[in-house]
Order: sequence, then C-alpha cells, then structure tokens
Amino acid sequence: MFKKIAALAMAVLMLLGMTAILSSCSGGNAGSITIGCIMVGDETEGYTLAHMNGIKEAAKSLGIADSQIIWKYKIEENSDCYDAATELVGRGCQLIISNSYGHQDFMAQAAKEHPEVTFVSMTGDFASISGIPNLKNGFTKVFESRYVSGVVGGMKLKELLDNGTVSPSATPNSFDADGNVKIGYVGAFNYAEVVSGYTAFFLGLRSIVPNAVMEVNYTSSWFDIAKEAAAAEALVANGCVIIGQHADSTGAPSACERMLGEGKICYSVGYNVDMLSAAPTAALTSPTNTWSEFYKDLMKNVMDGKEQPFDVAKGYNDNGVAITALGPSCAPGTAEKVAEVETELKNGTLHVFDTSTFTVTNEQTTCDVLTDANGHLTSCKVNMSYMDWSTMTPIYEGETVECIKDGYFDESTFRSAPYFSVRIDGIIEK
Amino acid sequence: MTKTEPKVLKSRGEPLVHIAKRDSVSIGKKIFIRAAAILCAMILNAVFIVIVTKLNPFEVYARIFAASFSRPMLFMQLLRDLTSLLCIGVALAPAFKMRFWNIGAEGQVLMGGFATALCMIYLGGKIPTGLLFLAMIVTSVLAGAIWGLIPAFFKANWNTNETLFTLMMNYVAIQIVAYTVNILRGERASVGSINQAGWFPNIWGYNYTLNILIVAVLTVLMYIYLRSTKHGYEIAVVGESERTAKYAGINVKRVTMRTMLISGALCGLCGLILVAGDKHTLATNTAGGNGFTAIIVAWLAKFNTFYMALISFLLVFLEKGAREIASAYALNEYIAGIISGMILFFILGSEFFIQYRLVPRRRSDKADQNGKGEE
Repeated sequence: MFKKIAALAMAVLMLLGMTAILSSCSGGNAGSITIGCIMVGDETEGYTLAHMNGIKEAAKSLGIADSQIIWKYKIEENSDCYDAATELVGRGCQLIISNSYGHQDFMAQAAKEHPEVTFVSMTGDFASISGIPNLKNGFTKVFESRYVSGVVGGMKLKELLDNGTVSPSATPNSFDADGNVKIGYVGAFNYAEVVSGYTAFFLGLRSIVPNAVMEVNYTSSWFDIAKEAAAAEALVANGCVIIGQHADSTGAPSACERMLGEGKICYSVGYNVDMLSAAPTAALTSPTNTWSEFYKDLMKNVMDGKEQPFDVAKGYNDNGVAITALGPSCAPGTAEKVAEVETELKNGTLHVFDTSTFTVTNEQTTCDVLTDANGHLTSCKVNMSYMDWSTMTPIYEGETVECIKDGYFDESTFRSAPYFSVRIDGIIEK
Repeated sequence: MTKTEPKVLKSRGEPLVHIAKRDSVSIGKKIFIRAAAILCAMILNAVFIVIVTKLNPFEVYARIFAASFSRPMLFMQLLRDLTSLLCIGVALAPAFKMRFWNIGAEGQVLMGGFATALCMIYLGGKIPTGLLFLAMIVTSVLAGAIWGLIPAFFKANWNTNETLFTLMMNYVAIQIVAYTVNILRGERASVGSINQAGWFPNIWGYNYTLNILIVAVLTVLMYIYLRSTKHGYEIAVVGESERTAKYAGINVKRVTMRTMLISGALCGLCGLILVAGDKHTLATNTAGGNGFTAIIVAWLAKFNTFYMALISFLLVFLEKGAREIASAYALNEYIAGIISGMILFFILGSEFFIQYRLVPRRRSDKADQNGKGEE
C-alpha cells in the first residue's frame, strides 16, 4: 500500500516537474537569448532595485521579453551563488549576471566550468587578470556623480553658513579646533570602492566650501538600516551638518529627517535611489548608477556574438551615472551649479581627483604614493593583483600601474572597479 | 434560582465536539490524514493564489515541484540542504531527548565551521590532503564539543539555566566569527571562496555527495544509539525524571556532560560539512538559522531520526519552492512564504488529527447528562 502510494506520488512529482520545465523553455524568440540574474537582495533594497531596473530597461529596449530573464533573489556571497549560476546554465542562459562584489569568486568558479556562457560579475575586479576569458566585470564611474552630489551638499552648507544657521557662535559643535566646518559620511567598508566614493563626495563639497572637514563612520555592512541610522546619529551628535552615505539603506536619511524635525541641523545626501520619500525635507539628492546603459551594451554584444570587454565603466559621458531630483531643501542656484559641473565633467575640463585640490600628508599603507613639497600627489602606484587577504598572497597577479596622469588620479580606467584608496587630508575615518 | 444556575451553565458550556486520544492508527489512515491535509492546504492556497496574485494555481504548484525535482542537480541540492538541516537535528536529538534545552546549535555549528575554515585557510596546500582533512575533522568536532560542553558543565555542577546559557553561547560564537571574518576579508566585503585544498571531493559528479553520505550514516547511527544502547536508555531515563535516574544509579552529571559533548561534537561536524562541503566560505550566517530550525525538526519527529529526514525534506522542499515562485512570478517573497507556510501549517496540523480524534456531541450524551443532573 505504502509503496504504491509512494510510487504514485513520485510519478506525479516528476510529471509536474516536467511540465514546469517545458513551460519555462517555451520563451519568446526575440533574439532567443536567455539571461540569468543573480541578485544579492531583492526589490526592497535600493542597490539591487537599481540593477533590476537597469536590466529590465535594457532588455525592453532590445525587445527581450520578461520571460527570457530568470531572476535569482537574495543569493548570498557563498556557494549559493555558484549553485545559482550552474542552475541558470542548465536552464539555457547564455548570459549570467551577478550584482554583488562577493559573488565574484563563485562566478569565476562557474565560468571556468562553462566557457560557452558569458558571466558578468558586476563591481568585481579580477576578470581581466584571471585568465578566464568568459568572466567580465562592469561598474560605473559613480565617483563622478558622487562629486556632483557633493556639490549639492556644498551649496546647502554654504547657504547655512551664509545665513548664519551654522556659525561658530550658533553651533560651536559644528566646527573643529581650526574653525573648519564638519560634515559626515556613513560608509560600509574601509576599502577602495568606499574610499574613492567618499573622497569624490568630499572634494565636490569642498569645491563650494573650502574649509570643510569630514568624519567617516563605517558600518561594516552594505545594508543595515539600524546601523546606518546609528552612524548618522553619531555624526550629527558630533556636529556634522551634511551626511553623505555609501551604504544601501534609507537608515541615514530617515535618521536625518527625524533629527531635523527635532531641531538639529542636518541634511542628507543618499545613494542609489531618490531618498525624498524617506526624508522629504532632509534629503538633498542621491548619486545614482544608471546601469541600463551598461546592460544594453552587454546584452547586445552577447546577442550579436561579439566579445564583451573585460572591464567597462560608464560615467557622465555615457549616461552611466546621475543624481536624483533635487529636494525642496536644496539651496537656490543648485540646479544651475550642478548643470555647470556636469558639463565640465563631460567635456573633461574638470577631473574629480585633480591633485591640486587635495593634499596627502598622512602615512599610506594601501598604495605607493609620492607627494611634492605642498603635499600634492605626484605619483600613486596601485597594484591591481587580486589578493587572498588572509594569507597575503595574490590569487591573480596584476600589474602595478601609475595612476597619476596630467595632474589627476585616473580612476576606473585601468579596471572598472574603483582603486583610489589614498587617504587625503581633511577626512577622518572612525 | 441558585439551584438551577449551575445546570444551565453546564449544558451551555458543553462543547460541540470532544477531543479524544486515538489508541492506535493504521499506516493507511495516517497517510490518508496527511494526504487530506495537503489537499486542503492546496485548495486553500489555490484560492489565495487566484485572489491575491491572479495566477494559475496549478502552474504555481508545478513550479514549486520543479524547484526540487525538475533536474537531477536540483534534486541533489535538495538532498544537500536537507542533510544540512537533518544533521543538526540528529545532533540535537540526544540533548533534547534528555530534556536539555540546547538552543545553542547555531553557535556550535558555527564554531565547527570556524575551525574548519581556519584549517583550510592556513593549512590548505601546505600539508597533504589527508592530513588536512584529519585536522579539519579533529578541530571542528573539538570546537563544537567544547561549545556544547561548557553549558553542560555549568548545568551539571551548578544547575545553571541551559536555555539561556546555550543561547548566549550563540552570540559569543557569532561575535568571534564576525571578528575573524573582519580580519580575513581584507579589502573585501566578505571572505570569498576559500582555497580548494580542503573542499570535499567531487563524487559521482557532485561536490556534495559526501555531505549526503555522512549525514545518512549519522542518521542511522543516532537512531541505533538512542534506541538500542545503554547510553540511549540512560538519556531517556534522565529525560523522563532525574530522580528516577538517580534512584536507578545513573550518574546524571556524567550523562548530561557526555550527551552534550556528543551533541556539540556532531554540531561541529555539521559546521565542517557546511564549510568544506557546501558554502566554501565563512560568514556569521554560515549556519543560516538552521541551528534553530533543527529544533523544530527534532521535536516534531519526537527524536526519531528517520522521521526527522522526512520533516527536513518538507521544510527544505517548501523553502526552495517558495524562492522559485517568488522569482518566477516576480512575487513578493512574503507571498511565496505565505503559500509555503500554509502547506506547512496544514501538515503540522494533521499530526494533531493523527494523535487525536474529534468526537461530535451526540443527543444521547446530552440526555445522559440531563438524566444524571436530575438524579
């Protein structure tokens, strides 16, 4: 009796399974491409949402149907990613995209086993040196839009300073011993991607308010609403007036909105998505990545059978980055200033990491730097190797390249992932 | 007035149905009750699916099945995840049978995984593979055993509360791993893939065949240990009543510590399997909450390890199905969770009907009661 039922149940299971595969295989024929997407989060998390929107928009513009995209949500940075990738290969995907840096090792593992499929590890950094021909990386030059968002924050700070809302007598806590005005930054981790971003933000802001200094608080997590809120609170308690961020939640903007309501002076520059719904008055703008441009090229290349380059980073010139709509609290004249800076970035008259705009006098450990008598960078050599940091041995050997060119640090050129990790003067990490 | 009041209350308060324990249930009836429960759940779910998501419920169900059965690889992954959960359940069984509330499996597993990861990172490629595996096994089992033994030692000697103690040990383990990961990750957000020297070998085309084999063996061994050995008997007696155990000449202290040593050691082994045979990395969520889910598994199965396998299957199967439909139909994951949760709810509910039966109130009962009242 039991055996019979078990056999029957098994047969039903198999049958149901088969119908499901058949129904999933009969996709559209526009290009007959199938794309697998391995996402670290889902639509409730800004960073992943931005990728999802980018992929969907790119697919739509190329006539790729929704049924040709297979999504895998909340895939952790462990072998789950490899499993997901292998399964997607099994389901006939010619292109597999993962969106978190930590997926890269596991994407590489799958890429080695399936040379016929293109694997793209977004924000990854070792595709070009790994010797795996079908593993690719992609990023945006988000440091450009961070710079612009810094300008927006700077305009607000200047307005607050000019009208006396922030002044040594009214808000003594907002100034350090040398009379510099304090801003803050909620960072996820203390490595190049974040350092590059906060430095760009800081330089943008300082192009408007030259005597600003910045404190950086790390959360050691990419997405943690409570920690990001607590970090913002600590910064504001310390007197910081503008709070930037490189972490993925609405924690910091929401905290700023609440504290602003309580009479503190703090405004937020978000990340990834428009923060105005979380912080209608405190949010000024957010630097964003426009992933669709990257994905459009990528999908087109795969469909046409063309080789996708190992590294692609799109900036203002290729519509790869932007800032979101300016909030109602932004200072008058901000829009004009933003347009001006964006034009300068596009035509190359302005470089984010212009060495004349910052000095480096502290000890550097992560890269080889030389400075002139004034503390401006004259040389910065970055080792592009991919390291096993626990044993300090390179897993993939990369070249060491000179990144200072024509008076600026050339970010995201030698590979798409950021590599500016110089700690400049005026920024304190906590 | 005062005379009639209790009578009225009694007849009003009498329930429509009685609950009575079943004496014994035939296998056929058990299967029938469970099948009926699944059918009810599927019908109710179908209504929910149609109303909320406007999808075809049959397609949704087909997807849930497809997530585990449509390809051999998916089925193997189902087995792997099932055994990961089952292994912890097996490890917890002796402790819970002894009525020692080991809420600390999560931490014990994590410590085992932690020890394994450290061996893989610092010894991988430097010593022969056989030796490396030996080191991984010894350290992971030891780490888990220590993590289990500490609360047992305090419980045995000073009667500390083991629930709180084991729970707190989880947080200690998580913090140790978080601290270490923060060092190991270097300029990355996570540790990444640990070097392949210590990975379980590929057997029959799968990297996790060994996981499944190890846990299958453990499941059988634990069944025998609990059912047919002197230790198993002692555990059962201590669990029923410590006083009886003492009266029977059982050294309760020793049994408590020995059992938790075994429970912790097996959890440590689960950590080894997870890191070397599955995740290939170390993170604070390597155990992934299975340390808590396994408590449900162990309890529902009443410590019968084979039944545990069935329950682990159900939980893992539903979880995979929920994830699949969430991504296939762009559903919110909560909706997928509701659908699979509803099935689980009905299946667990059916256990009640296997043990008890509902006896509807009959007229004759009422008449009897009234008659008695009048007397």
